[in-house]
Amino acid sequence: MKKKVIVIGGGIAGMESSAHLAALGYEVTLLEKSDKLGGHLLNWEKLFPTMRMGKDVVTFLNEGIEKGKVHVVCNANITSAIQKNNQFSVFLENNTTYLADAILVTTGYDLFDARRKEEYGYGIYNNVITSAELEGIFLNGFQIVTAEGNAPKRIGIVHCVGSRDEKTGNTYCSKVCCVTAVKQSIEIKERLPDAEVYCFYMDMRMFGMHFEALYREAQEKWGVNFIRGRLSEACENIDGSVLVKVEDTLAGKPLKMSVDLLVLMVGIEPSAGTKQVGKMLNLQFGVNRFFKTADQHTLTNVSNVKGVFFAGTCTGPKTITNTITDARAAASTIANYLSGHEIDDRIMASDIQLVALW
Amino acid sequence: MVDFGYKIAKDRQIDFDKNDRSIAQYVRKHEPTFNLCISCGTCAATCTARQFTDFSLRKYILLLRRGENKEVIENIHKCMLCGKCQLVCPMGVNTRGVIYRIMEMCI
Repeated sequence: MKKKVIVIGGGIAGMESSAHLAALGYEVTLLEKSDKLGGHLLNWEKLFPTMRMGKDVVTFLNEGIEKGKVHVVCNANITSAIQKNNQFSVFLENNTTYLADAILVTTGYDLFDARRKEEYGYGIYNNVITSAELEGIFLNGFQIVTAEGNAPKRIGIVHCVGSRDEKTGNTYCSKVCCVTAVKQSIEIKERLPDAEVYCFYMDMRMFGMHFEALYREAQEKWGVNFIRGRLSEACENIDGSVLVKVEDTLAGKPLKMSVDLLVLMVGIEPSAGTKQVGKMLNLQFGVNRFFKTADQHTLTNVSNVKGVFFAGTCTGPKTITNTITDARAAASTIANYLSGHEIDDRIMASDIQLVALW
Repeated sequence: MVDFGYKIAKDRQIDFDKNDRSIAQYVRKHEPTFNLCISCGTCAATCTARQFTDFSLRKYILLLRRGENKEVIENIHKCMLCGKCQLVCPMGVNTRGVIYRIMEMCI
C-alpha cells in the first residue's frame, strides 16, 4: 500500500514538494486554506533577477501537481491534528479527515504590516505605499500615479521596513527586499524614464547569483540613486508630497528630500498559518518566530516532532529559487524517513549545541 | 563684534530640494560610469594627492550627487590626473573621465 503524506500550504514550497513526493511514489494530499494554489507568487508580476514572469513559475508548479496526480484540497481549514503510532489524522472544518504517515508543513510567510512602522506614515499619508502595492500596479497594468493623480517626478524607496529592526521585533534580514527594490526601481524607470528614483538602504545585500549585475544595471543603465542611511521619519508637505529625513551616512550629514511617492519595502514574517499549525502540531519556534529546525546546517527540513517536516519560508525568509530547492530537499528527507532510514541519528564531529540560538 | 559667548551655527542639513545638482547631471550625462560609484573609497586609499591634502574622489562624487558643490569646486584641481584610482576601482568607474567632466563644470 502506498504511504501517505499530507502537505499543509499550497504556495511554492507546498506545490513543488507535493510534485516530488508524488513522483517518489507517495499518495499526496495538499491542503490549501485559500481558494487556489500559488500563494504570494500570484501577486507578483516579474521576478528578480531575470525579470521573467511569475506566472511562468506558477505554470511549472501546477504541471508538477497535475502530472503527480496530487490530491489538492482548497479552502481547507484545519481544526486539529492527532498523532498515534506514527500515524497522523488531520481534521478539517467541513468534518473531513485525512490520514498520513508524514506531514510536511509549508505554511510560509505574511508580509509585514507597514502601519506598525508608524514614523513612515503608511496608512496616514496618501502617497506612502508598500512594495506589494507597487507590484500590484505592475501586475494589473495600472499607471504609477500619486494620490492626486499625477505622474510622480521623484520616488523614494525605503529598505528594511519591518526587517533588521528591534523596534518591530523583527531582527532578521528578510533577504528578498533589497533585490526587489532594485527590480522595482528598474520597472519604475521603464515606465517613467524622467522620474528620479532614490533608494534608502542600510547595506545592499546582493547575495544571489545575478543580483549584483541587476544592481549595476539599475545604476549604470537606469540611473537609480542609492543613499546609505535609514529613514528616521516621513511627513507630509502641503502639496501632498512626502518629506523624508535621513542621515546620509556616506556624506556624514543629515539630509531632507521631498518625494512624490514613497514605497516601503515590507519584510517577511512568519504567517498566521505558521503560528496556527505550529501550535496544533506542538512544533518548536525559534527566536525569530519562524519554525526551529532540528539543526541549522544539517537537518533543515526536520522538526522536533517525529514525522513532521518543514519546507519553504516557514523556517525563515527565502527566495523562490531557494524555496524550490528546499521543497525538493524536504521531499527527499521524507522519503528517507518513510523508507525507514534514521534521519537524525548521525553524530557530528563536534557536539556543540549551535541550535540554541535559533 | 561683541562676544556674547554664543554664535549661530550654520545649518549642516543637505536640503536636497533646494540644492543645485547640475554638475552631477552633466557628469552623469557625459560619463555614465559616474552612476556606478558605491563609495567604497578604494580611489581615495590609493590617491597620492589624498596623502598630503583633503582630496577625496569618493567624497566629491557623493557631494556632487547631493548638490553640495562648494567643497568640490574648491578642491577638484588638486587631482594630478595620474589615473591610479582608475586602476583600482572595483566598479569600473572611469574616474579620470569623471574628474575631467567635473573640472569642465568648475572652470
